Parts: sequence; C-alpha cells; structure tokens
Amino acid sequence: MKLNLRIWRQKSPLDKGRFEEYALDNVSEDSSFLEMLDLLCEQLVAEGKEALAFDHDCREGICGMCALTINGIPHGPEKQTTTCQLHMRHFKDGETITVEPWRAKPLPVIKDLVVDRSPFDRIIQSGGFISARTGSAVDANAVPIPKQTADTAMDAAACIGCGACVAACPNASAMLFTAAKVSHMNNLPQGEVEKDRRTLAMVTTMDGEGFGGCTNVGECEAVCPKGISLDMIAQLNRDYTSAQVKNFFEPVS
Amino acid sequence: MVLFCSFFNSTIGRKVLMAVTGLVLVLFVMGHMLGNLQIFLGAEVINAYAYKLHHVLPTPALWGIRLFLLLCVGVHVWMAVLLTLASRRARPAGYAVKRVVQATYAARTMRMSGIILLAFIFFHLAHFTTRSVPGMEYNDERVLSPNEVSLVKHGQAVMKDGEKVTTFNVHDMMVAGFENGLVSAFYILATGLLCLHLVHGVSSMFQTLGLRNATWLPRLNYIARFYGWAVFLGFAIIPIAVLTGVLEKDPTGGETQAIETSATH
Repeated sequence: MKLNLRIWRQKSPLDKGRFEEYALDNVSEDSSFLEMLDLLCEQLVAEGKEALAFDHDCREGICGMCALTINGIPHGPEKQTTTCQLHMRHFKDGETITVEPWRAKPLPVIKDLVVDRSPFDRIIQSGGFISARTGSAVDANAVPIPKQTADTAMDAAACIGCGACVAACPNASAMLFTAAKVSHMNNLPQGEVEKDRRTLAMVTTMDGEGFGGCTNVGECEAVCPKGISLDMIAQLNRDYTSAQVKNFFEPVS
Repeated sequence: MVLFCSFFNSTIGRKVLMAVTGLVLVLFVMGHMLGNLQIFLGAEVINAYAYKLHHVLPTPALWGIRLFLLLCVGVHVWMAVLLTLASRRARPAGYAVKRVVQATYAARTMRMSGIILLAFIFFHLAHFTTRSVPGMEYNDERVLSPNEVSLVKHGQAVMKDGEKVTTFNVHDMMVAGFENGLVSAFYILATGLLCLHLVHGVSSMFQTLGLRNATWLPRLNYIARFYGWAVFLGFAIIPIAVLTGVLEKDPTGGETQAIETSATH
C-alpha cells in the first residue's frame, strides 16, 4: 500500500504545532496502524529526521495507551477497536490519512501525538478504590454477587482509560470515563459501602480538571474501544444526584 | 445551603437543573398546544378558554404561574450558557478533521435550536401576550376590530348583572396574526426547531436524571420523537389553516349563530 500521511507534529507542550505530510510506500495491508507508524519512524530516522512520538504499550487492545484521532475519529473507523488493533486493510491504497492527538484542554499535548492523561489518574485517586486492609481481603467468591450485577460491573470495568470518549465528545467531557469507573465499584457489594463519598469525590475531581459537561449526544459510546455504554452515565447521574441529596441532609464522609 | 451549592456548581447538577426546568416547559408546551387547537372548535370555544385562563385563578396566582414559567426559561438558558462556556474552555483547539459517528442532528444542534427558540419566545410574548409588536397592537381597535366580543356559552351570550360579559377576541387575534406571511413562516420555523429540540431533549431529560436503563432508552427515544412531531404538527397546523383560508375571522365571536338558534325556538 502507498499512503499519504498528514500528521500533527509538536515539539513540546509550548510549541504551536503543525501538520506535516509524509509519503509512505510498501505498507502491508496486514500491518496494524501502529506498525505502519513504526515504518514511518524508521523512514524518518533514515532520512536523519526526528522520529514521531506516539503512545503505545501492549499492542493487543487492553492497555489503553494508544490514542490517535484518525481521519476525525478517535481510534479510527472500526467499531470497538483500539488504534493498535486497527489494520491497514481498512484503508484504501493511496489514501490520505490525517492523524491528530486527542484535543482537550485537560489532556494537553506533550509531544507530537502524545497527550498527558494524568487528570484520569487524579480522578481515580480521588475515589476509584475500595478501602480494605492489605492482606486481610476475603476470598473473592465468599461474597455472593448476582450474575447480572457482576456482568454490569464487568462491562464498566472494561474501560481501559484511553480517553477516546473525551476526544470524541463535542464538549471534551470525561463523563463516560468517570461513569465507567464509578459504576464498576458502586455496583459491587465491596464498593457499595463508599458509594456516595466516591461518586461525589470523583465527579468533583472530574469537574475540577476542566472537562466539559455531558450533552447526551453519545459520540463517546460510539468511539469507545471497549463499548462502554451511555447507561453508565445514566447511573452516574443517578448516583451523583442521590449522593448530593443525602449529603444535603447529612454530610457524607 | 453551602453544601447544596456544590451540586449546582457541578456539571451534573447544572444538567439536572436543565432537565427539571425542561420538563416543566415540555409539559407547558403540550398544554399550550392543546389549548391552541381549540381554535378549530369555533371562536366561542377558544375565546371562552382564554377567558377561563384569565379568570379561573386570581390574578396574583396567574402572575405566579407566568413568573414561574419565565424563571424556568431563565434557569434553563442560564445553565445552558454556563455549560456551553465550560465546554468551549475544555476544547480551545479543535480538530482539523472531525467526523460524527452516531450523534443525531437534533442532539448536535440543541444550542442553535435553543437560541432561535429563545428569540421566538421573546417575539411570541410581545406578539400575543403584551401585543406590542409595531403594527400588531391587537389591543388597539384600529388594528383588531372588534377586539372585545361576547363570552358565549352553550350558544348563548353569558349575562352577568343584566349585561353581556365580554372577553378579548383571541380567535380573531390569532387569525390576524397568522395572516401575516412572515409571522406564520417564523412561527412554523420555530415550532419545527421546537420539534428538533424536543426530539433530543425529551429523552435526554431522563438520561440526565438517571431515570432510564437499556430497556427504556429505545422507548424514550421513540416517545421523544413522537412528542416532538405531535407538538410541531399541533402548533404548525394553525398558521397553515389560516394561510389556506380554513380558519377565518369571526367578528361575532360565535354569537350570531347563537342568536339565530335562540330565535328559531
């Protein structure tokens, strides 16, 4: 395959950044999008230019590191597919492909296509955990959990925190990410104890990081590589409102 | 109270305020539409309906309801502005290429439809409530004649203390208003945008309040589409009926027929 690549290059967070065009030849249809970028990097190095910076780790669709907006869609055109699992056969020979980083103020570009996703870490730190003494946790199967509950929690836990939801959202809202993390814990008996405190803390942190509000358009759900559904956001809205009402009458600690 | 302020400063709390005020306005709009459709039952029916709206409740209560509705519009718009500004701040630099995957046209254009609807609400209140749009001051006898007609009940003029009770000629005011092509066009456009706003808003309301699940989502989307179209057709049919001549002015307020009927007995 022959490709024309239009890629965002930015030296540092302070650099203005610009698109640069590259021609790449002999790309296998069976290579992944990241392997194609590896080829580009080799070509750039051979030409004595600086290699392209992009995030990646497991390359098997489970770590949530890869984060590219490909032709205007986070993770590209395939449904429920991370960039690393996207193969070049989904593109046409001779096609011009535009590659951009996630665009959101709370997720600033560090270099080229790499963005800083530490706001997600801070949202998790504020409540994405259960309080249990190390070494004294009971056996997982000692607490009976209905199948349906376990399935819902598992669907939420599938979130890999890649940030495609924020990237696709017209408001750069992190509601789907936060909702997945909150639903995952709030649904299970181990997490239910701290449900209200967790929900209040995580939403407050999310808002404080400067993400926009949700307008229920559903673009996040459409691009999520793990198929996290808007049902999670409905639950977050419900849990947050009820936590606020409880907090009004008796402060949640 | 300080504790509760944090709710209304959060993005979710603001959305809840939008959903609740939206619900009030959604229900109002249906009541308003059903009220308006009485124009097809004759001048005496819609005039009597307007009379009841003004006289069933004491004036302070009527103003209470009006101010509550305006407050709902105000809060709805205010929250929308705050949320929109926050969204703008969250994405200062946009994409060079952006493709929509599944968001509906209605969902993506809520702000556009909302702004035009707000402009319409101002015009609509000036047009039919305060009747102060230049050239359409229906309170003036020279603009709308007669602007007071008898209140008619069961085909007969309602009498009180030996005198006929009169009421504002709402029927002819509506017909006169819609005989103006530009007014009708704006009215139909605005109700079309209202349809668009409701198609997303009515189901979005339940999402924001968390009152839905996977089973109810498709049902709510269907209800929202039905509601939006019902409101559009119910409102737009009146200017269309006026422009096509189906509805005409009735300067008697429906009383002539009543006199003739009583004369034959």
